Amino acid sequence: MNVPTVAELVAKGEKPEILFWVGCAGSFDDRAKRVTQAFVKILNATETKFAVLGTEEACTGDPARRAGNEFLFQMQAMNNIQVLNGYGIQKIVTACPHCFNTLKNEYPDLGGNYEVIHHSTFLQQLINAGKIKLTGGGSFKGKKITYHDSCYLGRANNIYEAPREVLQALDADLVEMKRCRTTGLCCGAGGAQMFKEPEKGKQDINIARSEEALATGATTIAVACPFCMTMMTDGVKNKEKESEVKVKDLAELIAESL
Amino acid sequence: MAILQQILFIVTLGSTGFFIRKRVLRIRSNILLGKKKEIKDRGAERLKNMLLVAFGQKKMFKRIIPATLHFFIYVGFLVINLEVLEFVIDGLFGTHRIFAPYLGGLYPVLMNIFEFLAVGVLLACVAFLIRRNILKISRFWSTEMTVWPRLDANLILITEIVLMCAILTMNASDQLLQTRVDHYIPTGNLFFSSHLTSTLQHLSTSALILIERFCWWFHIIGILGFTIYITYSKHLHIFLAFPNTYYANLEAKGHINNMPVVTNEVKSMLGLAPAPTTPAEPGRFGAKDINDLSWNNLMAAYSCTECGRCTSECPANLTGKKLSPRKIMMDTRDRMEDVRKSLEKGEPGLNDGKTLLNDYITKEEINACTSCNACVEACPVMINPLEIILELRRYVAMEESGSPAQWNSMFQNIETNFAPWKFPSSDRYNWAQKS
Repeated sequence: MNVPTVAELVAKGEKPEILFWVGCAGSFDDRAKRVTQAFVKILNATETKFAVLGTEEACTGDPARRAGNEFLFQMQAMNNIQVLNGYGIQKIVTACPHCFNTLKNEYPDLGGNYEVIHHSTFLQQLINAGKIKLTGGGSFKGKKITYHDSCYLGRANNIYEAPREVLQALDADLVEMKRCRTTGLCCGAGGAQMFKEPEKGKQDINIARSEEALATGATTIAVACPFCMTMMTDGVKNKEKESEVKVKDLAELIAESL
Repeated sequence: MAILQQILFIVTLGSTGFFIRKRVLRIRSNILLGKKKEIKDRGAERLKNMLLVAFGQKKMFKRIIPATLHFFIYVGFLVINLEVLEFVIDGLFGTHRIFAPYLGGLYPVLMNIFEFLAVGVLLACVAFLIRRNILKISRFWSTEMTVWPRLDANLILITEIVLMCAILTMNASDQLLQTRVDHYIPTGNLFFSSHLTSTLQHLSTSALILIERFCWWFHIIGILGFTIYITYSKHLHIFLAFPNTYYANLEAKGHINNMPVVTNEVKSMLGLAPAPTTPAEPGRFGAKDINDLSWNNLMAAYSCTECGRCTSECPANLTGKKLSPRKIMMDTRDRMEDVRKSLEKGEPGLNDGKTLLNDYITKEEINACTSCNACVEACPVMINPLEIILELRRYVAMEESGSPAQWNSMFQNIETNFAPWKFPSSDRYNWAQKS
């Protein structure tokens, strides 16, 4: 797998066209790492001139800010901005909606101005440009897929159609949950909930959402966020459906059909 | 007799005006307990939001049934106010249906339109009462909907029904009087009230005059009284929806407001800027009480009509957690009211030993928020409960270090490993080495 770092490129006197911001989940979480690798496979297959920051990348600070720790958020943000600006990065793609939102909407307040796109939009652009060619109708032809909206893509940034267009390229039968798009139900991980146990209640949010996804009869639940991935995977396991129903990221679905 | 009525009317109108002014100034001073925040940018976009969302009810129509019913009441309210204008002029000058001679043939048409709207309002209010009290739609019965919020809603609906009945009865007696006394200007048969005339026509002329006058007074006093009542009620949204949508957040919903105070400190810590010569303003980080929130958050609390669409979309609330975005807004308003009551009694107000955080809104509630923006998306008047929740979390995290233990570990991980999990940052690129 060819994964150049920005430092390597700079040493060769080159610059990436686009920085792939991997994010903490994409770097450390075993399941999310597979998504990262799938996305790199697509980047390489489409001959995108990209690079990653490698060990120079650090948490964007999203969970710290949402849990109320503004100091920690800004420390992270300023350090990252120094690195990004130091390399003269102009365009960033990321597979994490939380990183995407923070880099795109919150870093400008602190002097970090970049063109930031989420991988769902990026994949849509590659498909539209004819750079991704899916083989023989793909193995998803006619299979039921449901898409779970990530809050930080959907409501937070009004990205509802790009992920759906990517799925449509698979020729799959896209079925919607009752709550979708603007009324999509959160997986339960946002706002730093990923990093603590939920408060006392009747049910965990991810179980409620997984029930809604399973009710569509889809055999694949497509997600576009590493936190949604964890929550939905756990929810499907909780309902003992993991052998029939797979939770997959958009990048994996595309990479499998290349 | 006529001059007596005129004097009585002027006194009624004047004292209502005086009282409403007092109430409005009180609410204004409550809102100004909040922090200053200048919102003067992007006027055209703000105006557009106000016209589409408040005036045009755009977000209401995400739920078609209540939106349609509400639309009847809303249009009725807007248009019937034209008739109230005539009431006021008639009352001041001792005239009767002053607009009739000027509008000629148009006048009966207008009166008929008003009647249609009045009946529309009446039926919509009945439907709303049924939804609340018989169908018991769950968002009207959740825990924060205690006795007063439920009564408040019912009182508003019943008042509107009674006021509409008064208009129709007045028109009916007026139509009978038109055939008997010259003073009453012919309006022709009106679509709905003409059906009521048969029940009234056996009455004497003086009894009819009494009924007509009673209904006239009842309606105008009712409307003036209702206007005063609104200032005590959730019903303020009919006015505040307009400024609230105008001043609503225009950034992407995912954007959280930056704290420049922190930026200055972080910059000097990182050696990116000289340490500030004057110490930073002594204010709190985040919000513990209403005066730590900005004025537009407080205005939003007065704009909330407790419809509960936010709470019915909240993933935490749906799964049985204590968080309810509507309660966040109701608590904020209750706290403002309590502080004001305390100040009015010469007591310490904000320093009464209570605070918005803990005494009104608990940590358990704010900790349950997933910041998913479902509540913000759902609100028909663009209230943002999430902003308040985040300000409260900021206070807990930065002033009290009182965040949940698992969040504190997450903070620690970010500080030491630059990731929310306990993985060394040197391993961050390992995923690329494999396979």
